Amino acid sequence: MQIFEYNGSALVAMVGKNCFAIASDRRLGVQLQTIATDFQRISKIHDRLFLGLSGLATDAQTLFGPYFCQPVIAGLGDEDKPFICTMDSIGAKELAKDFVVAGTASESLYGACESMFKENMEPEELFETVSQALLASVDRDCLSGWGGHNTYRSKGKDFERKDGLSGTKYLTHEISMDLFF
Amino acid sequence: MECVFGFVGNGFAVVAADTSAVHSILVHKSNEDKIMVLDSHKLIAASGESGDRVQFTEYIQKNVALYQFRNGIPLTTAAAANFTRGELATALRKNPYFVNILLAGYDKETGPSLYYIDYIATLHKVDKGAFGYGSYFSLSMMDRHYHSGMTVEEAIDLVDKCIMEIRSRLVVAPPNFVIKIVDKDGAREYAWRESVKDAAVASA
Repeated sequence: MQIFEYNGSALVAMVGKNCFAIASDRRLGVQLQTIATDFQRISKIHDRLFLGLSGLATDAQTLFGPYFCQPVIAGLGDEDKPFICTMDSIGAKELAKDFVVAGTASESLYGACESMFKENMEPEELFETVSQALLASVDRDCLSGWGGHNTYRSKGKDFERKDGLSGTKYLTHEISMDLFF
Repeated sequence: MECVFGFVGNGFAVVAADTSAVHSILVHKSNEDKIMVLDSHKLIAASGESGDRVQFTEYIQKNVALYQFRNGIPLTTAAAANFTRGELATALRKNPYFVNILLAGYDKETGPSLYYIDYIATLHKVDKGAFGYGSYFSLSMMDRHYHSGMTVEEAIDLVDKCIMEIRSRLVVAPPNFVIKIVDKDGAREYAWRESVKDAAVASA
């Protein structure tokens, strides 16, 4: 039994023009059997930071301990510059400028992202690209799929609050895609 | 192998489990109740290694009761599920419990709910769930016939369909099952489905 392939997962994050998108599949399985088709792999840490955890689902739910997990981190850094990175289960970081992938469908995801990625995509086009890359890749992996959760974040309008402080409203779009047969 | 399955209906949750206690090729008893009443409005259907099953579910039951004594209010189903998962996760890397659990409960605010917790402490809230070899049959039956908001009659009909499927298609099918239900009036035994009764012992 391969421990990283016990539950099945697919995660991808991509950088666009002043925005990022992070997407995951929705399947929770126990080897060949599908338990649920609405499993959430991506957590919002705060307004500008999202974390997706692929690998063993029980470890993704545990706070402290050895983890059979590969994280995908996506967020907006200083001056709202989009930031993405992934790591293996022992913390070897991969900082990428374009896209990062993780999970049982990672090999398919590398191929799909490499061919579909373009520099400086606007939020709507980035969302479409990430969705198509994810859906195409999980269709070739029996351990992941059953739709996808796609979150994309970009800097929105600047606004003035009632207490005189100004801030930035970030636009977050979370889309759940079902798999149609 | 042990069969446990359950699902959520309209204002209730139902779980069913087989009632065979087996060691290797021997059936010790065929009326072993594997669905524990955790508290007034919670059921815990467990399958797996028999010693672990009893010890672990009793441990959870007593801790849930302790919380109620200390704090004056019962735990919600979600809280009990997360507590159970935490205990399994903590023990996982030291001395794991080989117990798979379906935790069904009814809360006044949120209604009925069902939680799937496998032996390596994967927790997920589900509408329908199953463990064991029987899951290959019961999950498919539920995928076909389940819809949200089923009445008790429809639900028991589906449970019976699953039991029929397990009995006819599983080579080492357990003969007897127990069905328990939890709704706003509490957790209780609903019915037994017995095809093999223990023979009455002649008095000495």
